[in-house]
Amino acid sequence: MHPAPSLILFTVLSGAGFGLLVWLGLGLRAPTGLAAFVLFGLGYGLAGAGLLASVFHLGHPERALLAFTQWRTSWLSREAVLASATLLVMAPNAAASSFAATPLPIFGWLGASLALATILATAMIYTQIRAVPRWHHWSTPPVFLLAALAGGALLANRTGIATALLVALGLAMFAHWVMGDRQFARAGSSTGSATGLGALGRTRLLEPPHSGQNYLLREMVHVVGRKHAFKLRLFALGLGAVLPALILLLPASYFTIATALLMHLTGLLAQRWLFFAEAEHVLGLYYGKR
Amino acid sequence: MTTLPQSTRAKLGLVIDLDTCVGCHACVISCKGWNTENYGAPLSDLDAYGAEPEGTFLNRVHSFEVTRDSAAPMVVHFPKSCLHCDNAPCVTVCPTGASYKRSEDGIVLVNESACIGCGLCAWACPYGAREMDSAEKVMKKCTLCVDRIYNENLPEEDREPACVRTCPAGARHFGDLGDPESAVSKLVAERGGMDLMPEQGTKPVNKYLPPRPRDTLATPDLASLCDPAPEAASGFLGWLDRTLERL
Repeated sequence: MHPAPSLILFTVLSGAGFGLLVWLGLGLRAPTGLAAFVLFGLGYGLAGAGLLASVFHLGHPERALLAFTQWRTSWLSREAVLASATLLVMAPNAAASSFAATPLPIFGWLGASLALATILATAMIYTQIRAVPRWHHWSTPPVFLLAALAGGALLANRTGIATALLVALGLAMFAHWVMGDRQFARAGSSTGSATGLGALGRTRLLEPPHSGQNYLLREMVHVVGRKHAFKLRLFALGLGAVLPALILLLPASYFTIATALLMHLTGLLAQRWLFFAEAEHVLGLYYGKR
Repeated sequence: MTTLPQSTRAKLGLVIDLDTCVGCHACVISCKGWNTENYGAPLSDLDAYGAEPEGTFLNRVHSFEVTRDSAAPMVVHFPKSCLHCDNAPCVTVCPTGASYKRSEDGIVLVNESACIGCGLCAWACPYGAREMDSAEKVMKKCTLCVDRIYNENLPEEDREPACVRTCPAGARHFGDLGDPESAVSKLVAERGGMDLMPEQGTKPVNKYLPPRPRDTLATPDLASLCDPAPEAASGFLGWLDRTLERL
């Protein structure tokens, strides 16, 4: 799949934003006053920026409101509904914490559950796609959820929880890669099944339908850049999970947490790039490419 | 509504005969022609007269080679368009309700004025049947020529999809695959019509007819005929060979 920079940025940034809102909403150590204003502002900013970026990614952003209508079947619609609901429901708690120093736990808890559901909906948009076997697996949602919660915990300066979540994220990424490598073969799609000619003999593409490019190849058949997959996995695992977790074991200061956060986000960008670039769509079988 | 209908009153679709298709691409051209001039946004071309031309097509013809153990290799031309699946994954992922499957005839369509151009339906389709038009930024797909098949302004023989009407080899058939007595259903039963990628669980309506078994020749060992100088010649040539070798 084509690793679109807008989608990579959107999923990483708004993931961290919603992750932060989860921890703020749960309010275990509820910030008030200026601290609350800054943290809620950051959560709303990241989540909102991601949503706005995804709207401008559309071919017809002026019709974006229609995306709230099909929540019965569509995870993309559910994501839109849940994301907006999170930002609305969390607002009284955010305002009361910032300006009146009195958190409103009911709105906080409800908002935190909605934020968690939003992250899950984002993950399900990819997980539901059966035509991309690497994504269509139970190991996909844990990566999105743990990445968002770990990023959120770093932003909220919860070092203990963040360390545990970063370790869990490392394990989840590893599981997603290792099991994902087997998914295409397990899905059972081949040039033979795609053409129905497999029973006759070994099938291969002789002539593509045209010599030039098309939308399908650009969007869904991404073969370049996968050759560095192993190095990028090490990079994503190291910067995204292992190193920030180790840094958090040092005596806590704003410097260590900021370093850990930057490392984590950089590693996560590499992970998200690979998430798209490594994922093979079965459609590639019709073009002799995977 | 992006909820799929429980059942459809008819299952209109295509039956494509891989035995008969000659790979002429006439269906590709007639499809592009009809669907550019009629229903919905035109199918645009980019850089049409330049170095890297490309465009939106709803039907494309691929060609495959099948290598067989006990027979000569075979070339199969393979036209591919939307299969109007009963369990269409492209419909349920649509966030706006622009994609839908009609309960009256099972045709999968896009309401272009509600399409936000997110492209998720194209990702969900395992067959690559949907293409986003680069000029209009809306999703385009085969409509089964819904504006021809019910069009009473056209002569009756033209009330079938443009690709079927134009096919010079008679490799494309149109009809109701939900009716076991229809000509297409009988054809599918007789020729062993098959689904593409059944493992994807899409339950496609369109069927493909496999190439018929060919006559087989008692093929001689062709490789030996290609050998210009047999290893051990006999008779006069053998004597000459041995003598010249000894010199």
